[in-house]
Amino acid sequence: MSNRVVITGLGVVAPNGVGIEEFTKAIKAGISGVTFHQNLKDKGFSCCIGGVPIISEEKKQEYLSPLQLRGFNSTSILYGCMAGIDAWKDAGFSLDEHSDLDFNSGIIFGTGTSGIEKFREAIYKIDDQKVRRLGSTSVVQTMASGISAYLGGILGLGNQVTTNSSACTTGTEALLMGFERIKNGKSKRMLVGSSSDSSLYTWGGFDAMRVMSYKYNETPEKGSRPMSETASGFVPGSGSGALVLESLESALERKANIYAEVIGGNINSGGQRNGGTLTAPNALAVQKCIRDALADAAINSSEIDVINGHLTATSKDALEIENWTKALQRKEGEFPYINSLKSMVGHCLAAAGAIECVASVLQIKEQFIFPNINCEDIHPEILKIVSEEKIPRKMIEKEINNIVKASFGFGDVNACVIFKKYTK
Amino acid sequence: MKKEELITKLSVIVKPYIQNEEAFKSLSENTDFINDLEINSANLVDIILDIEDEFDIEIDNDSMEQMLSIKATVEIIQIKMNA
Repeated sequence: MSNRVVITGLGVVAPNGVGIEEFTKAIKAGISGVTFHQNLKDKGFSCCIGGVPIISEEKKQEYLSPLQLRGFNSTSILYGCMAGIDAWKDAGFSLDEHSDLDFNSGIIFGTGTSGIEKFREAIYKIDDQKVRRLGSTSVVQTMASGISAYLGGILGLGNQVTTNSSACTTGTEALLMGFERIKNGKSKRMLVGSSSDSSLYTWGGFDAMRVMSYKYNETPEKGSRPMSETASGFVPGSGSGALVLESLESALERKANIYAEVIGGNINSGGQRNGGTLTAPNALAVQKCIRDALADAAINSSEIDVINGHLTATSKDALEIENWTKALQRKEGEFPYINSLKSMVGHCLAAAGAIECVASVLQIKEQFIFPNINCEDIHPEILKIVSEEKIPRKMIEKEINNIVKASFGFGDVNACVIFKKYTK
Repeated sequence: MKKEELITKLSVIVKPYIQNEEAFKSLSENTDFINDLEINSANLVDIILDIEDEFDIEIDNDSMEQMLSIKATVEIIQIKMNA
């Protein structure tokens, strides 16, 4: 039994747009969501800019009940609930706390660490010998699976409900695990995605590693510069992306709106061998992941119209491009178009894969290629192997059939998925 | 503090946690937190913390286990306040 899998719902909470409509407008127009943050400066961060979604108190109350918001201090769970609920509704389902349990729908929703600000609260209370003052809210907001647990209860889903974690690969991995579950007939629908906290406690370790952008504190919107010669590291971001995956049969039966089809993908690891380390990718494994994804989707590399890269704006961008050229056996003028959402929202870490998958699917649904901002000065190493026009700086409207999206993460882990325009 | 006054204050404290509005409307001394108000048992510890803050008392584990109804809770608050 092998089901075709389509995408029937989307939700997003991104630094440059909360909700699909606002986000679509922002990525078409190349709007940056990166801003200056005084609290980073106050704590002595080198990088004082970041991507944080803007959410009002009223907006929070549309998604969580007054009881859920009591003692609530977890942006990753908030973003995940918002994106997840939006995606579920977008797929045509209503929200009803007394709904019948749905054993045919599940959740794979990833994160890096959950509720890190809540965890900080708990640590201070425990060290102050006030462990009992943690109340009931500490565990559910700090357990890694908090996000899937919250969503599972809000939506009443009875298939597998879990949280995955694979650093910056998390969101794309969640999507592929949900895809396989439906393909293999274990589930009809899977809400997949990932989220990441807006917190200096999440970002601090990266600042210490000197991998964050520190030269653009005065011009935050210029700070995230994938593929640029003047890139100086990634800008930390946060938020959540969510997608409803569904068997084609179920989607047609419900007459659901279909955004795109997931035709295949691959997840692997470089094993921290052959140049791969805990923090750097094994290039051969990256190339194999892309090639195996194409094979899984049963398409030829020449059929790829657009690549949505991982491209974080560190020194590794040129290596990533080289890996794409080798894996696809296409370069210079034959190379597909390539873009990086991180130029607009920064690197949303565990949420990156999911938000970028949402952006990829929107490009197929609305037939456009969003612009790369901040790479007016493309890195010369990249221009040696890819023609300049393949790295669009302005939005392109074009017929797009296949988009390949890849994410690579610490631990030398890779995930690559192929989205196709839906046709009967 | 009089029993009636205590019950009024308690009703304000438990309100955010209740899941049965009807039972809350007819709240009395005999009301049970879980069976009547349908409060999630995990939230009972939050109610205890809110009570400690409101009445400036400390509630030990043994007392906590008994605080499952308005009646039992009022009695324990009175004991702790007079201690």
